[in-house]
Order: sequence, then structure tokens, then C-alpha cells
Amino acid sequence: MGVITVFIQKAIGQGVCILFGANGEILTEKSGNLNLGVPGMMYMGGIAGLAAAFMYEGAVAVPNAFVGFVLALLAALAAGALGGLIYSVLTITLRANQNVSGLALTTFGMGVGNFFGGSLSKLSGGVGQISTAATASAFRLKLPLLSDIPVLGDVLFSYGVLTYLAIVLSIVLSRYLNRTRQGLCLRAVGESPATADAAGINVQLYKYMATVIGGAIAGLGGLYFVMEYSGGTWTNNGFGDRGWLAVALVIFARWRPLNAIWGSLLFGALYILYLYIPGLGRATQEIFKMLPYVVTIIVLILTSLRKKKEDQPPESLGLHYFREER
Amino acid sequence: MKDANAIELRNISKRFGKVIANDRINLSVRDGEILAILGENGSGKTTLMNMISGIYYPDEGQIFVHGEEVTIRSPKDAFPLGIGMIHQHFKLVDVLTAAENIVLGLSGPTKLDITAVATRISKLAHKYGFDIDPFKKIYEMSVSEKQTVEIVKMLYRGANILILDEPTAVLTPQETDALFAVLRNMRDAGNAIIIITHKLNEVLALSDRVAVLHKGKYIGTVETKDATVESLTEMMVGKKVKLDIERPDPVDPELRLKVKDITCVNKEGVITLNHASFTAFGGEILGIAGVAGSGQKELLESIAGLTPKESGEIDYYPPNKPMQEISKLSAVEISKLGIKLSFVPEDRLGMGLVGPMDMIDNMMIRSYKKGGFFWADRRAPRTLAEHIISELEVATPGVTTPVGKLSGGNVQKVLVGREISSAPIVLMVAYPVRGLDINSSYTIYRLLNEQKKRGVAVLCVGEDLDVLLALCDRILVLCDGRVTGIVDARTATKEEIGLLMTHTGKGARKDG
Amino acid sequence: MARNIHGAHEPLLHISKREDCGFLRACAVRLIAIALALVVCGVVIVALTGLNPVEVYAGVIDGAVGSSRRLWVTIRDTLSLLLVAVALTPAFKMRFWNVGGEGQVLIGATATAAVMINFAGKLPAPLLFAAMIAASILAGMVWGVIPALFKAGWNTNETLFTLMMNYVATQFVAFCVVYWENPAGSNSVGIINASDKAGWLPPLFGLTYGWNLVIVVLLTAFMYVYLRYSKQGYEIAYVGQSVNTARYAGINVKTVIIRTMAISGALCGLTGFILVSGSGHTISTTLAGGRGFTAIVVAWLSKLNTFTMMLVSFLLTFMAKGAIQIASQFSLNENASEIITGIILFFVLGCEFFINYRVEFRHRRREG
Repeated sequence: MGVITVFIQKAIGQGVCILFGANGEILTEKSGNLNLGVPGMMYMGGIAGLAAAFMYEGAVAVPNAFVGFVLALLAALAAGALGGLIYSVLTITLRANQNVSGLALTTFGMGVGNFFGGSLSKLSGGVGQISTAATASAFRLKLPLLSDIPVLGDVLFSYGVLTYLAIVLSIVLSRYLNRTRQGLCLRAVGESPATADAAGINVQLYKYMATVIGGAIAGLGGLYFVMEYSGGTWTNNGFGDRGWLAVALVIFARWRPLNAIWGSLLFGALYILYLYIPGLGRATQEIFKMLPYVVTIIVLILTSLRKKKEDQPPESLGLHYFREER
Repeated sequence: MKDANAIELRNISKRFGKVIANDRINLSVRDGEILAILGENGSGKTTLMNMISGIYYPDEGQIFVHGEEVTIRSPKDAFPLGIGMIHQHFKLVDVLTAAENIVLGLSGPTKLDITAVATRISKLAHKYGFDIDPFKKIYEMSVSEKQTVEIVKMLYRGANILILDEPTAVLTPQETDALFAVLRNMRDAGNAIIIITHKLNEVLALSDRVAVLHKGKYIGTVETKDATVESLTEMMVGKKVKLDIERPDPVDPELRLKVKDITCVNKEGVITLNHASFTAFGGEILGIAGVAGSGQKELLESIAGLTPKESGEIDYYPPNKPMQEISKLSAVEISKLGIKLSFVPEDRLGMGLVGPMDMIDNMMIRSYKKGGFFWADRRAPRTLAEHIISELEVATPGVTTPVGKLSGGNVQKVLVGREISSAPIVLMVAYPVRGLDINSSYTIYRLLNEQKKRGVAVLCVGEDLDVLLALCDRILVLCDGRVTGIVDARTATKEEIGLLMTHTGKGARKDG
Repeated sequence: MARNIHGAHEPLLHISKREDCGFLRACAVRLIAIALALVVCGVVIVALTGLNPVEVYAGVIDGAVGSSRRLWVTIRDTLSLLLVAVALTPAFKMRFWNVGGEGQVLIGATATAAVMINFAGKLPAPLLFAAMIAASILAGMVWGVIPALFKAGWNTNETLFTLMMNYVATQFVAFCVVYWENPAGSNSVGIINASDKAGWLPPLFGLTYGWNLVIVVLLTAFMYVYLRYSKQGYEIAYVGQSVNTARYAGINVKTVIIRTMAISGALCGLTGFILVSGSGHTISTTLAGGRGFTAIVVAWLSKLNTFTMMLVSFLLTFMAKGAIQIASQFSLNENASEIITGIILFFVLGCEFFINYRVEFRHRRREG
């Protein structure tokens, strides 16, 4: 395989989990909720998927990869959604501050991830590293036949199912937001909840649904990382700052899921670029890892300078809406 | 049972606390008719219409729609009855297109076929003569285009009784003509239309009948063809009310402020103040009259350095000191130069005071810069706060109670008390007694008169002509941002001022 | 017959803003919330480990304050968390969401380390400390002012901007760590000036962390005074409450935004100095340890009262230290502390609702 092929594969590998997180956060932010708990929800999704697979594989003699796959997927979705639900109850029903609640969720979620990741095997009486090889193999299963095509197969078809799911999800999300009645209502809720309320839209319900489903999607990002990227193992803090990269990608994509697809590829590429530039010292490599954030800041500044309405964050992002307080 | 009346109101009353906004009002509008509701600010027009559209619920009385009595608790109840109201503040989402705003919240198939929506909108537009681009985003639209979207939104939802609250307030003459043409088409198609306004020429140009309200009471309804500007003015401003407000004669008035040819343009590019000129003298109260939004706010704020001016000059003449030009100065510079200009803004708790802060902190808005480099002096403001409480009889638990918790009258006493405490040379007050009860109002009049006797030049924007006529020495009248006249308050009549207020210089506009 | 059209269902609950919640009542609500949080944590602990939660909580106390050394570590970490919270306070009071504390701390720490590494032995101790302090303050200030400039000039979203700046700072630190690597290949800086302790804050009154204590307590008191009694404090309050009022009062809003963020960033930078010179004596990407984020929660929960922040920072550090202890005692994972902290935060954040709002069951409404 050529260097470029490997580079693209690696970039996609980095990008997919950011893409899930960004998609979840786009959906959430479109409802006006700025959920800074994305990293937490991704951790929760990752560890839940891993734990489900681990317990399943420990419980049966010969684990079926497919069953493990389904269980892990459901657990990750549920855990991410739980994170979104905690955030929703706090900010929507109990009217707590969005930034603070999100950060608390991140603390909690990372704690849950690292705690269980580090002590799962011990809690269940075993020793050593967690490994869920059978389930991970299902996540890592490449497309048959297509992946055998030279070069093209490597670049396009050599990934597990979650990679394709992320892209399909972006397209579906984009169509949902732009082509359906519900999507229109959701955008109105995020832009101007008072107007949406006057038009008879249940603002609170939309905020809840978007945030909970957004959390579930972010959870898949964590699942991708533990299963396809890490092959069913856990390293504490191995997930790194990918959760914040997902938040950055939302800004970079200017709240559009389709932009997030190529944006995630770009972020992934920037993230590993240092490995492919010859002659870099180890120190300079670290500077290269700064690039996704620097690029995001530049995009943020440019959009505020240009003041183009479509590129701005949803108008009511970060704000509460309560009818009686108008 | 068939009834020709689209809407009939019987004995509708609405109170807000002690204030009676609507007092046993009877009114009807027929299908295929344009009814104008005429009245000054605060006459209860909007409150009345809000009860038809479900924003408020009447305390007493009955509403009939096409002869059947109805209960309207919320806008959701008004929709199925075919009632649609277009408010002064549009409820539209900026980044969405016209078509998306129009269809927002309506049920239907999951997939939104926006082309079909646009086709239906175009059909409606064609039927009534609207000019609308369904795919244009709201933020790219002019005010009149946004208004069109609001009207089409109502029609799209099947409204056949349309209420428009001051629809021409924000429109240019050409846009007004276009709107009127559309409204006539809608009337001819059998819809009932109610338009709230205080512009007489528009009433005469557009409506079939006119209902007049005055201070919450229903005065009467006349056929437009029988009405004249004079007859309507008389109904609208009501009989002269004798007010017992003291008015000392000015003692050696001295020039304090000269405003020359000030023009202001707002963010939307609309001219809000159009070559306004006047002078103000110490020892007199200059009243400023005009219908809401005629440029009063911009006039005061441009003097205070809070609104940028396109052109013109403002000269300030302090006693025994040389004249200073303040037109180029911002509020920051005015306060730095020690120019003794006090300002009681219209938005008391949004600009003049900070609601969640206590009286001491609010006194400090004006004085915190005094004294040394680091420390803010809190002792003098506390003394001032205590002084204001005892002098102006402010009802409050103490100086540390947040001012936002005080009643409207007490809030105003705190604000006026602070502004006059700095011994101003020019004092500007906007709507000083709005929302105040009689006793508090008289306290404010007394304070203004005290300042006048001290030789202060007082500028007082007001909405109640009876008060302005009884309190002021001269009255400047604004209309559409222009000064249409400055009259002697001792000799002028309400009708005279009423005409100046509605005088656009163009007379009644010709039909379509 | 009248056709009655009923609106949607009347809401079952009526929520209204509570005008005044007494101090005692507010305290009671918060205590109940913390108690509930501990019960929930207890349930979680039992479910996970089967351990007796009372024993576990006893372990927490032992871990946090069980010995003089543990107590001082808890105090030391409380102080650095407190200083970041204090630093963020003026920005929050201005309604400027500075979520970039983490980055500002890191960059201040890096500047401190740079001076320590390059000037140790070349400058007399007082000058060295002055240079370290100045460098940390300046670096934090720059990191804070950049987003403020864009906020003041073009209203660029400060929450997202400051958030991104954190990771730029993290990578910059990562760069420096490799650059200063000692020993080579270890990917860590190691203890700086371990031999001569140049640039290490010396013990004060015989206390290892004496200087930390003095600096942080003084700054905490200063910030209280600055916000409540100084002219600039009033300007910050007016800008935060209403930009309109600030303009009316003749305040240059842009200047205040930039100046306040300079102060906020500077104090975060100074925290970096304390972390390097006063406790860690090294520099790494995890030096700030999430304090920049936790401090946001601390400042918010304390309603921006710097003295309440002392209590809240102590409580959170106490839980964190205690949890690390039980982790080793019961051979669990030390990340349990984050779970417990998270649960407590959820409850405390949620309970504010019951302090600020009155919830009533709606009875039959009168018929119109």
C-alpha cells in the first residue's frame, strides 16, 4: 500500500469518532443547547459498549461476534443518551446553566469511562487488560469483495461498519434538518424559541429529543474508538481530546453535517500529519497537533467577521427559554 | 344563524392591576370591510385587539365570531376561528426563508415539500397582489417584506379576519401604498380587516369605518366617508381635561442648548430624525409631543451622546462659561468633561437603572467615577439614596433592596431623584409619568418645576397632551422625525397639537 | 349556546420565580442536595463494589485530611483550584464565558518554567521570582486578551473561542515538554532545578505551602474587594447587568471587556506560576489537571462570591483526594473520584432550581 493510501486510511480512522461526536453535537446545538458534555458522553458510550461486549463474552463459552456487536451498539447508544438526558433534565427542566452542566457531565462521563475501563476486569473477578476480541472483530469486519479491489478498495472499502454509519448518519441528519417538517421546527427552536412557541411547537420536547438523541450519537463515537480503532481494549485517557475536537468540528463545519464529513477527514489528516512530514523533530510534531484547533479558531473568527447569517451559531445557543420569563 | 358581523365585541373590559385598559367596549367589524381603530398611545387599542387574538383574556364581556359566542384563551384558539393578528414586532425566524416561516409549525407529511408550499404562496400572492419571494431569507428582507410574510402566514393558515397593529409605522410612503392596495384586495375578497393606527390620513385613505378609543373608553364609530381630519382629531384627543399642575412663569430664560439640523439614521437605514432644530432655555420646560416613534428617543439620545448623528450640530451653553459643541462627543466624553446633562430615559430598568442592584449601586451609576483612582466612593451614594427615600417618599424596605422590586412610581422617583441630584444644567426626561399613579405623577411634576425654578433647561417628552399643555412652557411637536411646530403651551389647543402630530405634510394620501 | 374552545391542557405544575429565598432555606436546600448526592453515590458504590458505603466515606475523610501531609496536599490543591475560580470571577461577573482557564493556567505555567529553566543561576533569587511571576502573568494575560479582543470588536463567540484556546495551549506545552525534555527520550521535563531548587517557592513560617497560602488568600480577598468596592468592579458589574446601562453611564464597554479579560487571564497565569514554582516543580500537559473547568463550576456554584469559593473548592478537592485514597485502600480505580464529583455537581446544580423557583400544583382555574 502506498503512503498516501495509508495516510487516508489513518486520517479516516481518526476522523470517524470525531464525526460521530460532531453530528450528535450539531443535532443538540440546533435545538439551542450548547452541550459541553460531548467528551463525557463519548466516554460513556465507549465504556458502555466495551462493558457490554466484555460481559457477554465472559458469560458465554463461544461468543458470537454478531450478538456482541448488537449488544455493544445498544449499550453505547443507551449510555450516550443517558448523558444527554442528565444534561437535559438539568438545563431544560431544572434550568441550570448550560456551560456548567455540560462541564459537569464531562467530568462525570470521563470518570465513568476511566473508572470502569480501569477496573472492569477486576470488578468481575478477572485480572489484566480487558479484551473483547470477538466483538471487536465484528466492528472491524471489512466489506467483502469490495475491499479486495486494489487501492480503491483500501481507500474506500477497508473500514468497519461504523465508518459507513457515520457518513450515512451525516447525510440523514442533513436531510432531516433541511428537508423535513420536524427539522424545520427544530431549527426554529434553536434560532428563536419564542417564535417557535408562538407557532405551536413544543419547544421543551424538541430540546429534550435533540439533546438525548444527540447524546446517543456522540456515544457511538466512543464506541468506534474502543472497538474499531482500539480493537476492543481500553487505555485510560487514551481517548485524549477527541471529544473537544468534536466540539471544534461543529464550529468548523458551521453546524452543517455534510461539511462535518469532509471536516472530520481534514481534522483526522491534520491530527496525524506530523507522522508523514519527514524531518520533523518530536517537539515540532506537537505543534502540528495544534492545527485542528487553530484552524477552528480561524474559522470562528472569519465567520464572525463576515457576519453571514447562515454561518453563525443558532441564535439562542446557550440561552434558556421559558415562556413565562419572556 | 347568519350574522353579517365577522367579529362583535360586547362590553369588553380589561384591567391591569388598578389601571383600566379597556372599559366596556362595544365594537363590530363586518366581512368585506376595513375597520380602523383610532386612538392615541395608551388608549387601549392594542390591548383590545390582543383579546381577540388570544394574547389576553378579557375580564368581562363577550366576543362573537360570525354570530357565535366564543372563548379565546390563547392564539391557538384564535387560529381555527380564522383570526390572525400581525403584531408590531414580527415573529419570524431570521435565517429561514419566507416559505419556511410560513409553514413553520403546521402539521403535514414528514417530508416537507417546500416547492408545493411556495406554489401555494405564489397563488395567494397572485390573488391579493402581494409581492413576495418565497425563497428569500427573512434577514435579507426589508421591514415591509417581513410584514408581507406575516400577512401571508396568516392567510396561508386560513385566516379571514386580519388584525394589523400599526402596520404603517415602519413603512415608507410607497410601501404603505402597496400595503393598502393589498388590504383593499383582501377586503374585496370578503375578508374582515381591522387596522390599528393613529395616523388620520391613513384612516381616511383606507378604511370603511372608524372606531375611536380614548383612554380605554369607546368613543364611537363613524363611517369614514362622513369623517374629516378635524372631526376625528376631536374624537381622538377627547375634551380638554383641567389638570391642577403648577406652572410658574419662566424667570430670565437663558439659552442653554441649541440643536441645529440634527439627522439620525438607524441600523436599518431608516431616517429617524430629519433635520431637527430647536433651542432650549434655562428656567423653562420644553415639552416634546408626537405619536410614538416619531424620533423622540433619538432626539434625547443624540443629545446625550448615545445615538450617532449623521449630521447637524448641538451647542451647549453653560452659565458663565463659553459655549461647547457637544455634537461629536460620546456619552463617555460628555461624562468625562463634566457637562451637566442629566437624562431620565424611557427604559427605566433597562437603561437608567439596573433592576437587580440596590439603590446605592444604582446611585453610583452616575457617581462611581468620582474620587480617587481605585476605590469607588460608596458613602456619598448611600447618603444620596437615603436622602431620596426621605425627600421623595420612596416606599422601599431600605437602601439595600434591589430597585427592580419597587413599584413603578418608586422606581421613577429613584431615577429622577438621582438625575436631579447632580445639579444639572440641562435635564432631559422621557415619559416621566408613564405607568405612574396620580400621586407619584404629581411628585414628578413638582420635581420638574423645582428644577425649572432653579434655572434648569428641562426637556420633557410626553404622551398625554393634557399634561404637556398644563406643565410646559413651550411644546415642540415631532412627526416622522421632523419638527412640525413649536407652540406656546399657554395658548395652544389640543387639536392644534394633534394636527401637528399627524401632519405629514403630504395630506391624505390618494388611493392606490 | 356559547361555543367554548378550550386551550391546551392546563399545566399540572405552575412554576414561578421565587422573589426571595431566605438564606437558611437556601442552605437547607443545598445541604439536602449534597446529602442526596452522597446517598446516590453510596448506592453506586455498593452496587459496584459491594463495599459498605459508610466505610468508604470514612476512607474518604481519612484520605483527604487523615494525616498532616494529606491535609496539606488537600489544602494545596484547594488553593490552586480556588485561585483559578477567583481568576474567572471578574469575567463571569461581566457575563463573559471564559472557559479558557485551563489554557491560561497552562500557558502561565509554561512561561514560569521557561524562566526557571533558562535563568536559574543567572539571576539572584528575588529577581528570578519576579521574572517568573511577570512571565506567568503576561502569558496568561495574552491568552485571555486574544478572545476578548475579538469579542469586543466583532462579537466572536467567547465560549467557543476560549475553549479552543485551551487545546492550542495544551499542544504548546507538549511542544515545550519535548523541547526541555530531561532526561532525553523520557517525554517529560522531570523536576526542574532539582539540585539547587532555584525558582522553588521556599517554605514560609515553616510551612511547605506557606507562600501558596499567602498569595492565594491575599488574591482572593483582593478580588472580593476589587469587585465590590472598586470603580473597575462597578464597571464590570454594569457591563454584565446591562450593556445599555453601561453605555448610559458613560462606560467604554470594549475597554472594560478587554481589561477584565486581561485580569482574568493574568490571574490564571499566576496560578500556573504557583503550580510550577509552589508545588509541582515541573511542567506537563496535565499540569492544570482540569482545574480550569472545575473552577468554572466552583465560581458558578459560589454565585461569584470569592469567600464561598473557598468552601466549594475545599469540598470538591476533599472529595477528589478522599476518592483517590479509597481507590488505593479498596484497590479500586482513582477515577471513582470524578464519578462522585460529577454526581454531587449534578445534584447541586439541579437544586438551585428549587431555590430560585416556586413549584406549585395548579388547582382548578376559575372559569372565564
